[in-house]
Amino acid sequence: MTAIDVKPESSPKSKSERSATTGGTILRLLGLLIFTAFSLFFIYLLLSDGYWPLAAIIAVITLVINYIFLRPEAYPMRWMSPGLAFMLLISVYPILFTIYISFTNFGTGHLLPKVQAIEVLEQRTFLPEAGGTLTYTVFRNDETGEYALWLIGPAGNSFFATIGDELAANVIGASDLDEEGVPTIIPGWTRLTRAETVRNITAISQNSFGREESAVQLTGRLGQAAQLQPRFVYDPEQDAMIDMRDNVTYFADPATGFFTSADGATLNPGFQVTVGLKNYQRFFADPSYRGPLLLIFAWNVTFALLSVIFSFALGLMIAVVFGRGMPGQRIIKSLLIIPFAVPQVITLLVWRGILNPLEGVIPNLLQNIFNQPVGWPPFLADPYWVKVALIVINVWLAYPYFMLISSGALQAIPTDMYEAADIDGASPWQQFRGLTLPLLLVSVGPLLISSFTVNFNSFNVIYLFNSGGPPMVGTSTPAGHSDILISYVYNLAFGRGSNEFGYASAITFIIFLMMIVVTLFQNRRMQAWEETTN
Amino acid sequence: MTTSVDTQSRPATRVGGWRSSRKARSRVTLAIKYVVAALVLTFSLFPIIWTISASFNTGDSISSQSLIPNPISLRHYERILELDFWTWMWNSFKISSISAILVGLITLMSAYAFSRFRWAGRSQLLLVILLIQVFPAILAMVALFAILQQIGTYIPLLGLNSHGGLILIYMGGALGVNVWLMKGFFDSVPREIDESGKVDGASDWQIFWQLLFPLVRPILVVSMILTFFGTYSDYLLPRVMITASEKFTLMLGLQTLIGTNYAQEWGAFAAGAVMGAIPMVAIYLILQDYIIGGLTAGSVKG
Repeated sequence: MTAIDVKPESSPKSKSERSATTGGTILRLLGLLIFTAFSLFFIYLLLSDGYWPLAAIIAVITLVINYIFLRPEAYPMRWMSPGLAFMLLISVYPILFTIYISFTNFGTGHLLPKVQAIEVLEQRTFLPEAGGTLTYTVFRNDETGEYALWLIGPAGNSFFATIGDELAANVIGASDLDEEGVPTIIPGWTRLTRAETVRNITAISQNSFGREESAVQLTGRLGQAAQLQPRFVYDPEQDAMIDMRDNVTYFADPATGFFTSADGATLNPGFQVTVGLKNYQRFFADPSYRGPLLLIFAWNVTFALLSVIFSFALGLMIAVVFGRGMPGQRIIKSLLIIPFAVPQVITLLVWRGILNPLEGVIPNLLQNIFNQPVGWPPFLADPYWVKVALIVINVWLAYPYFMLISSGALQAIPTDMYEAADIDGASPWQQFRGLTLPLLLVSVGPLLISSFTVNFNSFNVIYLFNSGGPPMVGTSTPAGHSDILISYVYNLAFGRGSNEFGYASAITFIIFLMMIVVTLFQNRRMQAWEETTN
Repeated sequence: MTTSVDTQSRPATRVGGWRSSRKARSRVTLAIKYVVAALVLTFSLFPIIWTISASFNTGDSISSQSLIPNPISLRHYERILELDFWTWMWNSFKISSISAILVGLITLMSAYAFSRFRWAGRSQLLLVILLIQVFPAILAMVALFAILQQIGTYIPLLGLNSHGGLILIYMGGALGVNVWLMKGFFDSVPREIDESGKVDGASDWQIFWQLLFPLVRPILVVSMILTFFGTYSDYLLPRVMITASEKFTLMLGLQTLIGTNYAQEWGAFAAGAVMGAIPMVAIYLILQDYIIGGLTAGSVKG
């Protein structure tokens, strides 16, 4: 028996060695070569645009694929090479990225890496008050009504500046220069008189003429325009930005991620820096972070636990009641699966509609029964009622699944065990407690645990029903009473006016660690581990 | 001696009385069961029936709706069809079926390797795949967004606001979801089949494709259906990655429709929801036994 088992383990190696001389190998190497060449080209493109993290992960994938296809002992992994490549790119890379971000200040005001922050700052311009002024005459386009300027510099050189285009020294058809050297005719354009210019001065001065970096704008003085100057210049030696307007130097501060002047003023945007454990310390040290986080965590655990317990109980009850030989049970069960088959987004939005305290059918019904005013029960506005509603909805969503797996597991329990219990005179309840439940928990137990991890992060339910609301009062980041960790994290990262990616990533990583612990525990329970290692 | 007579005679003497009382009791039990069934069915189906009813009501808002629509009106269906409904539906079907097929094949090949070969790091890799799956993926959106944006600079077909980009991401999640399920199924296929193929000089590819594939087709179908359902119902990823309304998936389209205007588009939403859910429910009911088999084997939906 063992001899047979060992054989296939050693055969792939010998097989690949055997086929090493055939055309298959050449084809394989050719494919690998094409793949590698393409990857290298792509990496080169990514690097030249500064996308080095993505370039790095693609380089890793290329190395892994090459290893897999060149080394005979990695032969089995050839079968999973596409899956592995996609997993590295789409699953592993984002996880590593998130963990890295959790140690940085990536977020509002610090969204860019330093190089790009410098580029953004260097694009800022200002209008110098003195020097290099130009005199201008305004033209208006006959078709679009856009304005353009005929500019004459201090040296007497003239340009035609339209919005967004390069300054043009020669304009086709410009003729009939007047005594100041300004053409009276440019085809397609009408020259404005001084009076017309003054009348439209507000509209004209809202425009920048010429290309963005070197655009010309009207200065405050009549008849004068000037070219915009870059306001900040980066000085690599001092690692500082120099403000050309008032000559203040802003030094890069690697601790805060800002360019900071001597008197403490900072430039916006700042840049990304690593901040060590700062994001993690936040919720241990700062009560205004810790407070809401603890509430959210407590509700998160409660939500997941109650959802699993109630849906399992309901599903199991239905499986037991409609089990053995009830006429019509198959149709009933088919009907009960329907909610499970309808996409969650749809059913959640429906629930939000029918539980709406003002117009929803269920509150209206309850209002009539309990003689309460419109708006009762406050399923959306009151922290407790929201939670009740969420658990009901989540049970509604999840119990068909438990009904299915429970009936499957019940059928697997041999019927002669019940006959034996019958003979011993056990009541149905005793049979259930002493026989059905323990046997069921053996097979369903691991699924309960993995269902807990799924429910622990059921973002859709929380977010689509009430977006985590009603909001908590007096928290330093937006948090809601029905928020679970993952929806809180979502609001931190993508919420209105909040892009706290660093802090959000830190919480995500902690959730991830908790889920790993739960999964490892479940895995041991399943003993799948032993199965796979033997 | 006496005891054996006793046990035999006791049922005999009580048979008549027992049977009739048992019959009566079982009739009561059955009645209770049907009452329970009615209650559970009401709980389960009410939101769905209410939605179907809303789609046929005349009024636009939730409050003006009655359970039995009178008169039956098709105007909400006309309204949703005026919007991009068919485009959304087609997008969803396209994305979901391509993802399901690719994910299914990728997973199948991996599962074959995990089931049939032994190599250093195999069990660790299996565990890593399991653990990667429990990563809360919300924050990964930042990285995924960046990936699509950067890839899209060179290959717009796989970039942001493209269906190719969405499919690429769904393929990245492929291994995590179903490889354990399929590996379990492969394990249940006897190794003797491979052996017989090997004796006849078949290559691994021939064994996989000609001998094993027909046997594991059921689990492939289950896995594809589950992937199809998952991508069809997905909402967050398209929401982050897709911006053009003609590229919306159905879920995204319906959510945008109602998200902005609960009161006024309730009817149109209901009509869209009914039409969008019918294919799913139909697939579920037709392939019930298949899917239940797959589910109980360990995959968890939502």
